[in-house]
Amino acid sequence: MSSSAKQRMLARAARDILPGMTVNLGIGLPTQVMAHVAPDCPVCLHSENGIAGVGGLTAPGREDRNLIDAGGGYILCAAGGSFFDSAVSFALVRGGRLDLTLLGAFEIAANGDLANWIIPGKFAAGVGGAIELAQKARRVGVLTTHTDKHGNPKILERCTLPLTARGCVDRIYTDMAVCDVRPDGLHLVELAEGVELAELRFATGAPLIVADGPIPRF
Amino acid sequence: MPFPDKTTDLAAAISKIGDGARVMIGGFGVPGTPFTLIEELVRQGPRNLTIIKNDANEPGMGVDWLLQAGLVKRLITSHVGLNGNAVRMMNAGEIEVEFVAQGILAERIRTAGAGLRGFVSDIGVGTLLAEGKKRIEIDGETLLFEPALEADFALVHAATADTFGNLAYVATARNFNPLMAMAAECTIAEAEDLVPLGGLAPDAIHTPAPFVDHLVALPPELMEVYGVVKR
Repeated sequence: MSSSAKQRMLARAARDILPGMTVNLGIGLPTQVMAHVAPDCPVCLHSENGIAGVGGLTAPGREDRNLIDAGGGYILCAAGGSFFDSAVSFALVRGGRLDLTLLGAFEIAANGDLANWIIPGKFAAGVGGAIELAQKARRVGVLTTHTDKHGNPKILERCTLPLTARGCVDRIYTDMAVCDVRPDGLHLVELAEGVELAELRFATGAPLIVADGPIPRF
Repeated sequence: MPFPDKTTDLAAAISKIGDGARVMIGGFGVPGTPFTLIEELVRQGPRNLTIIKNDANEPGMGVDWLLQAGLVKRLITSHVGLNGNAVRMMNAGEIEVEFVAQGILAERIRTAGAGLRGFVSDIGVGTLLAEGKKRIEIDGETLLFEPALEADFALVHAATADTFGNLAYVATARNFNPLMAMAAECTIAEAEDLVPLGGLAPDAIHTPAPFVDHLVALPPELMEVYGVVKR
């Protein structure tokens, strides 16, 4: 994924973070969406280690040793932010107070199944908070490269890896496209600049439903 | 009415932990990890410990000292991704690891601290993490029983404590500390600032003293490991 394609993907995902939302950004790519949210957008960022009101990353040299996000990055607490214990933090998640979470993925299926925590025999460092975020946030977006590093599709008809949660994904943001999971299948919503539809279909392991007319670009 | 003074010597507090103990350790990454209590535990060296902690810290820090010293038999945790040494020991079969979804881990600990036996949840139904768990059918829906998780000892880190053992935490150093402080047979707290009775406003106390058994005051100069991690 080129740097400009990545920035475009991050900026596109940030546009779905709307005023008034409480949002959790997963570790890795999703955390980087934070930099693309307008500073004056009234949004409450939650991190599962116990903060609602993440105020961005700390400048080097200004870190507070007691203030990190769930990925270990040093952060600021915005005015109006709050701290709480891990039980309260996940009460907020499971209790339906998160309007949106953006997560990473190993595989996503056309029916919204998500696999993002274990590759048996290769990667198994623990599930962290991913299951609860995926299962209980009101809206789940996935942010990922469209294909893996070998060029294989990450969007499939059915996941081959153990699932994080079933049917949880609402929208997928990649370097090539934005797709929505709907009851009748996977819909193409937007196509990245410079990507052809045929190229996208080739890189996608599940049928894509494409509406008539021009396809919006991002 | 005077309250008991629970301050004690570091070595004396940790000497209560013997071979085979189940030990909860607070902290999420560096914030809230009781490094001084862990360091003393390594020095005294009880073996076959079951460690319950959100994560395994990073190589050369905290939980990793216990792993490197070969004191850990079993680790109950949500994620060890930042500690390659823990991953290696798990894959080599040198330690047993039980992964628990993070909020379920927190709630199982909270439940034990609240004197309950467990709770019912739909988290992970139909996934690998449901395997081996007791299923409960309620109103036609299959749910999972999550047993309370208690321990023999809890090691917690507080920013401020009074001599009775009332604790206050700061920022994201709170995390699992107040939950674990409630869930163990014996809770040992370390505190950066020790204040006299009345030095903590009753409304500012996160863990009430009846949950705390022993209190260790940290020296004014903290070990470097408590500081900002240079990556």
